[in-house]
Amino acid sequence: MSLTADELRERTRKLLAEHDFSDRLAFLRARFDAGLAWVHFPEGLGGLDAPRALQSVVDAELAEAGAPDNDPRRIGIGLGMAAPTILRFGTDEQRKRYLRPLWTGEEVWCQLFSEPGAGSDLAALGTRAVRDGDNWVVTGQKVWTSSAHTARFAILVTRSNPDVPKHQGMTYFICDMHAPGVEVRPLRQITGEAEFNEVFLTEVRIPDANRLGEVGDGWRVAQTTLMNERVAIGGHAIPREGGMIGIAAKLWRERPELRTPELHDRLLRLWVRSEGVRLAGTRLRQQLAAGSPGPEGSAMKLAFSTLNQEISGLELEMLGEEGLRYDDWTMRRPDKVDFTGREAGYRYLRAKGNSIEGGTSEILRNIISERVLGLPSEPRVDKDVAWKDLPR
Amino acid sequence: MTADLLYSDVEEDLRASVRSLLADHCEPAALLKRAESTEPYDLKLWRSLAADLGAAGLQVAEDRGGQGASAREIALVMEELGRSVAPVPFLGSTVLATNALLASGTDHELLGKLASGAATAALAVPLSTGPDRVKSTVDVSDGVLTGRVGTVADASVADFLVVPAGDGLYIVDTGFTVSELVSLDLTRRVADVTLSGARGTAIATGAAAAEALTAALTAGAALLASEQLGLADWCLEETVRYLKGRYQFGRPVGSFQALKHRLADLWLELVSARAAARYAADCLARRDPDLPVAAAVAQALCSEVAVHAAEECVQLHAGIGMTWEHPAHLYLKRAKANQIALGTAGRHRAALATLVDLPS
Ligand SMILES: Cc1cc2nc3c(=O)[nH]c(=O)nc-3n(C[C@H](O)[C@H](O)[C@H](O)COP(=O)(O)OP(=O)(O)OC[C@H]3O[C@@H](n4cnc5c(N)ncnc54)[C@H](O)[C@@H]3O)c2cc1C
Repeated sequence: MSLTADELRERTRKLLAEHDFSDRLAFLRARFDAGLAWVHFPEGLGGLDAPRALQSVVDAELAEAGAPDNDPRRIGIGLGMAAPTILRFGTDEQRKRYLRPLWTGEEVWCQLFSEPGAGSDLAALGTRAVRDGDNWVVTGQKVWTSSAHTARFAILVTRSNPDVPKHQGMTYFICDMHAPGVEVRPLRQITGEAEFNEVFLTEVRIPDANRLGEVGDGWRVAQTTLMNERVAIGGHAIPREGGMIGIAAKLWRERPELRTPELHDRLLRLWVRSEGVRLAGTRLRQQLAAGSPGPEGSAMKLAFSTLNQEISGLELEMLGEEGLRYDDWTMRRPDKVDFTGREAGYRYLRAKGNSIEGGTSEILRNIISERVLGLPSEPRVDKDVAWKDLPR
Repeated sequence: MTADLLYSDVEEDLRASVRSLLADHCEPAALLKRAESTEPYDLKLWRSLAADLGAAGLQVAEDRGGQGASAREIALVMEELGRSVAPVPFLGSTVLATNALLASGTDHELLGKLASGAATAALAVPLSTGPDRVKSTVDVSDGVLTGRVGTVADASVADFLVVPAGDGLYIVDTGFTVSELVSLDLTRRVADVTLSGARGTAIATGAAAAEALTAALTAGAALLASEQLGLADWCLEETVRYLKGRYQFGRPVGSFQALKHRLADLWLELVSARAAARYAADCLARRDPDLPVAAAVAQALCSEVAVHAAEECVQLHAGIGMTWEHPAHLYLKRAKANQIALGTAGRHRAALATLVDLPS
């Protein structure tokens, strides 16, 4: 029998009564140990086996009390992707070892998936993993790895068997980013800063105990990671004008001298679309709470990226002359994505990544048309060919 | 209380009954034949829907002869009517006229008659009138109404009219003539109404009348969004079905990515449209003060999504989509007329500019 909203509220109040906020980390650890980190996780692993929808009860209670949070912007990959994958495929030791410091943010995670030759076609990747007794020896190059410079651990997909078709010969690991042979080099990007990196793996020894899932089953494990990545987006309720549109609307209200009829029309159109997408997100959460998740999940990321890009583009035009300036091109290695802490030019440029990271908009449209609408896939030439014989 | 954007089990049951009723009456061939006949409305279907299923009384309280449900259920019926472009006077009678009576607070016997499906009525304003532009062209003196109103929806089968005249709102049951126009929308007709010495019963005057009329048009806009949603839903579903089975260049046309991406985008538009239409219906049902914003957002989104879906439906059906025999054109005509009905998307955006403080 699962917990009710009232019981969770009680437990949250008890946590608040017993722990103050003076030591942020201590509070976060206590919250995890009380099962109030992600209530739908198992007991002992930060949860209480409660319905996922009830997390909002806990969050609301803690927010009202002004409790410190674990800053999901900084540890998004760990929370959204590594955690559900470890929960599903990890051994008991792995779950016990990794989930708590992951959730508190003591250990940041990154995702070593993309390679120079394998982005959208993730299953084409070539980073080799060769078995050597109780270890694996991993060599290859990963790229566009967000947060690799702050990460303690990585989720890593490798090629363990090149002689079978590409989806079959992959194996999934937890990689220690401090292990010998792991080298992280900043990759400066469109905004001037280096949020992502190149990661070179040279004969990195990974114990077999750090494997997630069976040997050769890496594709299936990676699917869990990717599915969770898309569900994580659009996950929490936002108020009207809560997203990028709020920034543009505020500018419009505060600066009458910037207004023109043409900008007005575009702003209103984007306002209406933002409100529609916001309501769709609300509807999606209501479906999840009612236990009937709709296919809308895969839609939210696609919708948000397009809107973010159009709105941030409009914002720059609204600014006119001021839009010709940029706040700062200094090469930095930030530890989180911060859309609101910087100016319009940054937002415009950073938003370009929204339709690329975590699956491009084109790939999402393929997913919607095939899995939601049931349209036939394109003819495939790579399905039954051994990975090593694929054209590159 | 927060908005409920889902469909309840009761609503899904209602959907199933309405859908199966409509399936029997709205075969494309039958729709076309009727559209060119002297009886463009299917009054047999109307009686089954309004009286037997009780759809006309959903929004009316039980002690006034209705079903005591809410605008949420009306919205659901609208979705299904949009999916089948059914030729029934539901918008004119059940949505516009009934909401005008409800908003005026009258207990006139007409409300009960409309709710039971025993009579139908039309709201005597041009169908293009949005909630923000109410202007009467009918004069009134000593309760006698004189004037002409163009392009009134569903007037040709109306037993009664609800007429904004002077500064009041009147019910009229005789003394008016209706002349059918050739309508862009073959399955929802508009007609000119002439009142020459009609004796009206005032149900509201002054500010109350203006408020009731705005409320009726706002309710109309909120609910029309559901019809637009249903229409778009049919267009997408039918296009997907067709493209899976249509072969060119040795493979199903629906396997070409250029088309798949267009359909994925259309589906994405529908996801927002559905949420917006449900939100508007729910706000109307709960009398939420956010209703004017909700209705304007729903119209601004859904009217364009419906037109886009219908236009894609014609284009992707190509040759067959351009024919008279294929029903795609009935959907396009309804979608385009609906885009103009109860305020265009542009007018709803302009109204929003004031409502949400984004002045020009
Ligand atoms: C800001 C940012 C952060 C990132 N962080 C990470 C990270 O932390 N870890 C990580 O592993 N990766 C990360 N990535 C990489 C990201 O996942 C890839 O860039 C993405 O999957 C696309 O791969 P690609 O860049 O190789 O493009 P390609 O796959 O080469 O695509 C090139 C173009 O072809 C299109 N295309 C490809 N295949 C198809 C198809 N079948 N149909 C239609 N069009 C197609 C694409 O949409 C794109 O427009 C990040 C990327 C960005 C921009």
